[in-house]
Amino acid sequence: MKLYPVRGGIHPEYRKEQTSEKAIVVLPMPAALYIPLQQHIGAPAEVLVTRGELVKKGQMIARSQGAVSAPQHAPTSGRIVSVTEVPAPHPSGLPQTTIILEPDGKDEWADLPEPIADPFAAQPQLIHERVAQAGIVGMGGAAFPSAVKLNLGTQKKLDTLLLNGAECEPYLTCDDRVMREFAGEIIDGARIMAHALGTSRVVIGIEQNKPQAIEIMTKAASAFSGVEVIGIPVQYPMGSERHLVQAITGIETPARKLTADLGIVVHNVATARAVHHAIRFGRPLVSRVVTVSGGAIREPNNVLTPIGTRIADLVEFCGGFAARPESIVNGGPMMGQPLASMDAPVVKGTSGILALTAEEINDRPASACIRCGSCVTICPCGLSPVEMSSFIRKDNLEGAAKLGVMDCFSCGSCSYVCPSHIPLVHYFNYAKGMLRDMENEKRKNERVKTLAEVRVIRIEKATEAKRAALAARKQTPSNAEEKTNA
Amino acid sequence: MWIAIGSLTVMGIVLGGLLGAAARFLAVEENPLEEELKAMLPGSQCGQCGYVGCAQAAAALAKGEAPVTLCPPGGKAVIEALAKKLGVTADLSEHEEKVPEYAFIKEDLCIGCTRCIRECSTDAILGANKLMHTIIIDACHGCGKCVIVCPTDAIVMVPVKVTLGNWHWPKPEVRHIHPNPDVVHAH
Amino acid sequence: MTIATASGPFTHTSNSVQKTMFTVLLALAPATVFNLYLFGWPAIMLFTITVGSCVAVEAACLALADRPVVPTLGDCSAILTGWLLAMSLPPWAPWWIGLLGAIFAIALAKHAFGGIGQNVFNPAMVGRTVMLVSFPVLMTAWVMPHPLFSAGAPSLFDALAITFGGHVPDTVSAASALGHIKTELSRGIPVSQSMAQVPSLMDMMLGYRAGSLGETSAILVLAGGLFLMAKRIISWHIPVSVMGGLFLMAAIFHAVDPDRFASGTFHLVSGATFLGAFFIATDYVTSPVSKKGQLIFGLGCGVLIWLIRTFAGYPEGVAFAVLLMNGLAPIIDQYTRPRAFGRDSKGEPLPLGKKP
Repeated sequence: MKLYPVRGGIHPEYRKEQTSEKAIVVLPMPAALYIPLQQHIGAPAEVLVTRGELVKKGQMIARSQGAVSAPQHAPTSGRIVSVTEVPAPHPSGLPQTTIILEPDGKDEWADLPEPIADPFAAQPQLIHERVAQAGIVGMGGAAFPSAVKLNLGTQKKLDTLLLNGAECEPYLTCDDRVMREFAGEIIDGARIMAHALGTSRVVIGIEQNKPQAIEIMTKAASAFSGVEVIGIPVQYPMGSERHLVQAITGIETPARKLTADLGIVVHNVATARAVHHAIRFGRPLVSRVVTVSGGAIREPNNVLTPIGTRIADLVEFCGGFAARPESIVNGGPMMGQPLASMDAPVVKGTSGILALTAEEINDRPASACIRCGSCVTICPCGLSPVEMSSFIRKDNLEGAAKLGVMDCFSCGSCSYVCPSHIPLVHYFNYAKGMLRDMENEKRKNERVKTLAEVRVIRIEKATEAKRAALAARKQTPSNAEEKTNA
Repeated sequence: MWIAIGSLTVMGIVLGGLLGAAARFLAVEENPLEEELKAMLPGSQCGQCGYVGCAQAAAALAKGEAPVTLCPPGGKAVIEALAKKLGVTADLSEHEEKVPEYAFIKEDLCIGCTRCIRECSTDAILGANKLMHTIIIDACHGCGKCVIVCPTDAIVMVPVKVTLGNWHWPKPEVRHIHPNPDVVHAH
Repeated sequence: MTIATASGPFTHTSNSVQKTMFTVLLALAPATVFNLYLFGWPAIMLFTITVGSCVAVEAACLALADRPVVPTLGDCSAILTGWLLAMSLPPWAPWWIGLLGAIFAIALAKHAFGGIGQNVFNPAMVGRTVMLVSFPVLMTAWVMPHPLFSAGAPSLFDALAITFGGHVPDTVSAASALGHIKTELSRGIPVSQSMAQVPSLMDMMLGYRAGSLGETSAILVLAGGLFLMAKRIISWHIPVSVMGGLFLMAAIFHAVDPDRFASGTFHLVSGATFLGAFFIATDYVTSPVSKKGQLIFGLGCGVLIWLIRTFAGYPEGVAFAVLLMNGLAPIIDQYTRPRAFGRDSKGEPLPLGKKP
């Protein structure tokens, strides 16, 4: 299959060898699980359990709320200890409502929905419902509710399901291992998703630095027509949805449009496996494979982890720290977020936990920009980071917005290549947050303005009415007077 | 030489005439500045600027009698918009960006007098006589007028909470090995 | 751990400003060493003085601006400026030419604009140009090579007299090839004839000719430039477009009137073409950041070099051409921003279903 060039990008040191040959191991059940109500993009789930309640594995403990949301399930059987505020796996370390579950060690399954015997004969609607019920979200890191994405077939004309097995982030190997060890399940899940979407074609894109995964997946796919495995060039950020689509079709997804507008829906490989579990066995998403790696981890590994496991517990399972970590990162080193607390739990979108040493991060104090233009050359979005950052430094956010800072998806390539070590992405994250705040403020101001105007009109009407009433009353007594006089 | 003087004179007269004509016929109507400025202000008539309402503030701005930093609820965004419109540079160094606030009614202190309801310019307070009042956070823009009129001090202004939903990265604190003077200034 | 203070990424290139500058110095080293050998002790002294003055002036400026001196000097940029400046001076020029040039290069062209990264004009070229305009005779007093330890080469003692005493023996002065052609042309002797008296193109490539340190030995400068490209410090865009622009203009006019215009190949190997194309026009700070912009910038340099060499009063035009284009770089940058992903060149979203 012909592949198309993608502009920009970088070739960081991949450092995947620390875990790429480590088979997935199962984490022993921790003493407590912390299941946040919001592990996805959209509205948080609504708690269904109370303190002290006994739950079984796979039982829904919080239901989805609103159109874009996902439910949460008990990752094992046990007792609900409390529903309380716990630090989120987020750079701010802010708390979020979390269900704390104490496992009873029996790991007993609840009554699960009946498996769908022949999913390819089932109505797509049924599959959406099951996927929504199973609480499946995008497992590549974005954590967008998968059922919503599977529903795109009803609104847009789709032709391809593109399964993202690029795993272009350094260190991460969880998708690689899942593909090598559960290729059949992924292909089955992908075919079910394609059926639900109404697409005839499944393309699985895997970066060429994972030859075993490509081989095993190709073998597993060969039994089915319309399922194709493609080795794609090793080039960060190839795993970005839009860039992957461009590599495979040559088409740039227009700004403010979705790849679905081109007829292509992109899902992660691990998501496909979760769909397989949900449809074939009725099992919700209660665990995921997490790569625990980085120079500060004693025994890097790929660990099948129950959702809600404290990151501290997971790190301890991997031998704890061998060196002082400079940063603990949730996700890959390029786009992952630093963790404020080791007490935060593993959630559905956690692809990796990295404990990185200062040498690995290799960050240095920033020096002045020498305008080398590397950031312009490598920006996969075709932006000019050097100009945007100088605008932002001077608090000219509007200028940065004009140069397209909102188009930046924080892939980190510019910060990576900068010889002056200027925190470019940090500038853009700041600017994007501020611009969003300003947009919200503007909207609120407009709403307030309307409210104030409505009030002024109402008061005017009221005074008018009062005056009219007063005038009427003035008339009435005079009438009465006349009457008495008469 | 006479040719040169003559041609330059003719050119001067022609070009001058053209400019004059352009100034007359292509003249731009005077900016309805006051209206435009009013549209930029929050329009909630809160009076924190010291003028009766936003229209009066806009009039003062248009005459250059008020600084562009006059509107506390508008925040930085409004200052910048006004400064741009008026072609002045806003001195933001003096401006302390106020954390957005909203009013909160302590339920046990509220006696249900409805004074705050009458005062609120955006109908953000719900309640009736002798009944407890509450505030619709979405409609409250934090002008604080209700706090002043409350006879029992039941209303307090609380800052809008930073949540996972609205948190964003702060401006990077760059440790420069050779700091540019302007960078130092910016912090 | 409480609040994470820096957003990602959590891996960075091993590259740094210092490394970049150091690689450029490395690329310049062979040509420099060879030329220092060719021009002997006076050249070595002038080179040392120029580089040393640049570092000293940089340190003084940093101290004056209350910025950390040692870490900033560590970025090697002042050394590079001094090095390039030294390479553009006549090798037997007196010491104060190096010092004055350094002051203009570092204090005026660099620090008056705000230091590294802020300057609009290439500091080394500003230094050279100011010297050239102020002291045209001294700055065009070229000598033929007198390799170290060869017969007729100035001894260390002679060198002190040359560099610090200003005693350049009259007999050794010579014109550079470009200068020779220009002079002859002004006397009414066509290029086709005067070309016979300049060194063969081969000699010019190897460097056995009169000129500044950077002008002779074109082949070593070229090798250094290719090394920089291989190291990905510079891309091909600027060098190729500079040489392309120059060659094209020269070749076209040479074809029209060979008596008046020198050939494209002659222009390429003479003067500071290679040094300018690979080391001076490619200066990060003063050239555009986008590839498209760099092509325009380079082409402009090439055409200007040819124009200045052919029509202007000075025989060599690399420094002027680069400085003129430096002034245009910000504007070029503004008009050559890359097209954003999913948008057309005006920034509007692409229409659906069309390949860009």
